[in-house]
Amino acid sequence: MDNVSTLAAPALDVARIRKDFPLLQQATVYGLPLVYLDNGATTQKPQVVLDTLEQYYTGYNSNVHRGVHHLSQKATDAYEEARKTAAGYINAQYSHEVIFTKGTTDSINLVASSFGRTFLQGGDVVLISTMEHHSHIVPWQMICEEKGAELKVIPINERGELLMDEFSRLLDERVKIVAVTYVSNTMGTINPVKDIITQAHARNIPVLLDAAQAIQHITIDVQELQPDFLAFSGHKIYGPTGIGVLYGKEAWLNKMPPYQGGGDMIKTVTFAKTIYNELPYKFEAGTPDVSGAIGLAAALNYLQQVGLEKIQQYEEQLMEYALQALQQVPGIRFIGQAAHRSGAISFLVDDIHPYDLGELLDKQGIAVRTGHHCTEPLMDLFKIPGTVRASLSFYNTFEEVDKLVAAVNRAAAMLR
Amino acid sequence: MTINEKQDELVADFSMMEEWMDKYEYIIQLGKELPLIAEQYKTDDNLIKGCQSRVWLHTELKDGKLFFTGDSDAVITKGLISLMISVLSGQTPKDIAATEIYFIDAIGLRSHLSPTRSNGLLSMLKQMKLYAVAYKAKMES
Repeated sequence: MDNVSTLAAPALDVARIRKDFPLLQQATVYGLPLVYLDNGATTQKPQVVLDTLEQYYTGYNSNVHRGVHHLSQKATDAYEEARKTAAGYINAQYSHEVIFTKGTTDSINLVASSFGRTFLQGGDVVLISTMEHHSHIVPWQMICEEKGAELKVIPINERGELLMDEFSRLLDERVKIVAVTYVSNTMGTINPVKDIITQAHARNIPVLLDAAQAIQHITIDVQELQPDFLAFSGHKIYGPTGIGVLYGKEAWLNKMPPYQGGGDMIKTVTFAKTIYNELPYKFEAGTPDVSGAIGLAAALNYLQQVGLEKIQQYEEQLMEYALQALQQVPGIRFIGQAAHRSGAISFLVDDIHPYDLGELLDKQGIAVRTGHHCTEPLMDLFKIPGTVRASLSFYNTFEEVDKLVAAVNRAAAMLR
Repeated sequence: MTINEKQDELVADFSMMEEWMDKYEYIIQLGKELPLIAEQYKTDDNLIKGCQSRVWLHTELKDGKLFFTGDSDAVITKGLISLMISVLSGQTPKDIAATEIYFIDAIGLRSHLSPTRSNGLLSMLKQMKLYAVAYKAKMES
């Protein structure tokens, strides 16, 4: 493609990066080499993460915070070291501000339930946005229903950007929390979260950021950005499934009651009264996902070794190239054309059903996601049944983008 | 032809096509060629619920046999509906109720009948069988 020459030299040696990911080396579909462009759904794992999991299970698998024996101590140390790594990755002030959860959904449910039970009353407002994932709508809907609070929604423009004037207008004294996504999983829009946080804080309203689609693409410094809560999943940032992070400011977490009861979250238990443990254990009932946490730390360390700045720079080049290349597909229509974007590209071609397109891309070895991407209200707004979504990672190549474009052209020609 | 003879014929037809894209070319052609359902039957009543690609199904009983027409907004699904209808339409409710659909699996499109896919084909097949069972009971009573 001609476009390559118009761009600067790639910021990363992708051929070398790809050697770190065994699945990318091995996987073929229908006899074709896999082109994996479904990174918004989940990412592939580098060898170092797989090795870390194996070392844990073959070398020191043991329950944490309990035994006096050597292995338990070793596992506890590794688990707590993982917490420090995660805290360092987002530059949290204290490592006990990092709560290990099952994932973004679990983190959001924790806040919605625990914050909501304490701070929401009838007539209060929870402010979310039109582009939220179902995981960032439903937990708030549930607690609002329980408390008689109201869910209000920040609207967007036709390019898929938040209407910030509307946001300012909606931000009144009834609002008790603002809960928005950092990056849209469907459209890739990067929201002006700094501005949102500044405006909310001016009125003493806390902000929860869903960073599930941001953490793997954008450097996040919570002390600089100042969100009150931030949620992300391990598996979308090259770590294992089943582990996630909730970052919360110490002051807020201390004011919130435990989300679930169980082992590890208590100091003392009598039938009359239980004294809860301190942070972060207060929010980690039951045996945690020890291997997941250690695996996630390995992934975060790996990314830091590659270099977050280089990753971000390369992903921007790749996004720019992909948008230019796809633009040349006759009849293509992008869903979401925000000025600032990352990760996901959603599109439709003519009036071809996204399922049909996705299926023919699959048969050409290209993994994309089709459907509503768990953002049905957004699909309703655009009056479409769904989109085809290609989501990029730093291990994707320019050649893979070319293959996507060729495959879309071939599929569209068959389906028109 | 019996239902199974029709299924076997389709499996044989598809086995001649080696490339995936050729099989799809054929299915898409079927999907495009057949205006399967009269507009008046494309109602919400005939819309099969819970599917991300929409599927309509209309059933008529004539001379003791069931005739189906259907449609979808996704053309591959439409092609598969056309195949399903060519296998089951014009058969007796008794035979349809008792039949096992294996040709979708045999031509390698099993995923279309997976409950997680929610593209409507599985729901449509269930609906066809429900109609068949209902008509069978009616005819026997």
